[in-house]
Amino acid sequence: MVPIEHIMVFTGALFCIGVYGVMARRNAVLVLMAIELMLNAVAINLVAFGTLVYPGQINGMVFAIFVVTIAAAELGLGLAIVLRVYRMRSSINVDDIDLMRW
Amino acid sequence: MELSAVAFYVVAGVTLVAALGVVVARSVVYAALLLILSLVMTGLIYLLLLADFLALIQILVYGGTVSILLLFALMLTPPETRPELNHRGWALGAVTSGALCALLLVASLADKWPAAGAARHISLVDLGRALFSTWAVPFEVASVVLLVALLGALTIARSTSPGSKIARRASA
Repeated sequence: MVPIEHIMVFTGALFCIGVYGVMARRNAVLVLMAIELMLNAVAINLVAFGTLVYPGQINGMVFAIFVVTIAAAELGLGLAIVLRVYRMRSSINVDDIDLMRW
Repeated sequence: MELSAVAFYVVAGVTLVAALGVVVARSVVYAALLLILSLVMTGLIYLLLLADFLALIQILVYGGTVSILLLFALMLTPPETRPELNHRGWALGAVTSGALCALLLVASLADKWPAAGAARHISLVDLGRALFSTWAVPFEVASVVLLVALLGALTIARSTSPGSKIARRASA
């Protein structure tokens, strides 16, 4: 199997792509997609460490399962909020959502 | 180089290209489809890392549910006629994330990790036992989190405009 450093470089790049997506996109659904990318990068890293650095230990996989669970909950709630905002503002541009700005 | 390493580099490359496509695509539907590709490829990486149960979860949850949810959300929120998908300051975001990427690269390659023994396959029985003994409390909390998220999403997203069915039923 590949050395752990290569997997870390790969997941680091994937995480940064997600960071760029969150910062650059205006569409709220696209921002949520970029967040999914970041969560995925972290989960891959957890599993890789569990398998390659501490073989036989289960904690990495368990953490990855929790990450998937939280990601699903987060996406469901996020899309519900997006639908609600669209109904109120007819737009899901994150620049238009300034209700809580003072 | 052994076969699994070659497979990893190919799958990782496809994942990265698809992820890059998600954040630069000019169309939201293309972005969603590329995200599905990237997530399914992540499932393949789990398979290569001997986490077969996680690969199954990944493809079921992300390849199935999350992608359908995202496509539904995109259909229910049609954008204005010529949507500009990026901020004006997207270049600043590119510079920042590029710098973060360089930092992570240096940090990942700075330390040598001890070469552990051969990767061992973890059986589903062991995983289930760990989830229900060592990780029992976090597991239950996760189920509560899912329930609250479900109720919250229902409450937030349901229609309460004056003409809607729910509003009429509430006023009756």
